[in-house]
Amino acid sequence: MSRRKDNYENSLWKKFRGWVDGEVDLLADGMETVDLSRRAGGNAAEAGEISTIPADSDRIRRLEEYREQKGLKLYRRVYQVMSVLLCAAIIFVLLWTVVYLPVFGEASNPANNEVAARYIESGLQETGAVNIVTGMILDYRAFDTFGESCVLFIASCCVLVLLRIDRSSHDDRQRKISEETNDRLYEPKNDIILQKCACVLVPVIMIFGIYIVLNGHLSPGGGFSGGAVLGSGLILYLNAFGFQKTGRLFTERTYRKVTLCALTFYCVAKSYSFFTGANHIPSGIPTGTPGAILSSGLILPLNICVGLVVACTMYAFYALFRKGGM
Amino acid sequence: MRIFEILLLLCLIVCAVSVAFTKDLLTSIIIFMSYSLIMCVIWVLLQSPDLAITEAAVGAGVTSILFFVTLKKINAIRKEAEDEQKER
Repeated sequence: MSRRKDNYENSLWKKFRGWVDGEVDLLADGMETVDLSRRAGGNAAEAGEISTIPADSDRIRRLEEYREQKGLKLYRRVYQVMSVLLCAAIIFVLLWTVVYLPVFGEASNPANNEVAARYIESGLQETGAVNIVTGMILDYRAFDTFGESCVLFIASCCVLVLLRIDRSSHDDRQRKISEETNDRLYEPKNDIILQKCACVLVPVIMIFGIYIVLNGHLSPGGGFSGGAVLGSGLILYLNAFGFQKTGRLFTERTYRKVTLCALTFYCVAKSYSFFTGANHIPSGIPTGTPGAILSSGLILPLNICVGLVVACTMYAFYALFRKGGM
Repeated sequence: MRIFEILLLLCLIVCAVSVAFTKDLLTSIIIFMSYSLIMCVIWVLLQSPDLAITEAAVGAGVTSILFFVTLKKINAIRKEAEDEQKER
């Protein structure tokens, strides 16, 4: 026979139930929270400027008192000492390891093994790329580069999830308030110096980026660095002329299409070449004469794919940070 | 050349330490940018121009821009706004 609990109102179970259902906030006493009603209030832009400063100092004072009461001061001191000790220990371990490393640039180092020798000796014949580094990352180790492009894509997806502002959930009034309080939706202030500099610099940066991407198999560079240069050129143009001008060239639809097409092409092309290579079937992709721009088989299109993905991702990051959308 | 390399490495260490010890966030981002630029020159000296281009474009360019935007978003750049108000 079960005994009826008479002290249900103060029991731990009731508190837990309330916390799960969202009725009681267990952290309400100890946490510093921002007053939501004041934040969303009507003229937050004007009133917020004046009233936040004394409220902040008051809050900080209360926080200090709270710390002293709970004896957190001692804890903080111990924490500082422990962190310094931990840092010193890690530095000591790392320096200890450095002592046992082989001498920099020695011929007998373990890095100089048969893999590197094979890349240097027969890389030019097998991949057709004059730049051995590109031949390595887009032919021998193309799977790693595919993973990197996918990581970039996933990172931009995460930023999209975290920072995107959903237009449908805001009504007009609230959107106007947020427009005033933060500069997400601000257009640039038509800075004439910035615009003239951008007029001169943006074409040069774009051509340099395209050159780096297209010449990846001949000279230093490649998809990633060229794409980053292209992306920064786009960001400069966006800063100078605003979202309306770049919106004609680059919207969310273009971003989605370009990224999807580039990643799919990369995946299909490399799957084909890995399949044929693993089964010792001739792939039928000509390597061309080394040194020509149309040579080295799949490396040039793959470079273009990686460059497009990187440029789109850089631009998307910036647009999402600034405006919360593309 | 040897002296130049040692000088660059020393600058690298100074930059890395001062990023952590600078009070102003804007200054520390600019020091971080210069750290990337020094690292870029070191990559060239280590004969890896591919990495140098990437370091210059990503480390000194895009990352710092994203840091600046974030600082502006969280209203950490105070000085500029105060100056503008004084002018008015």
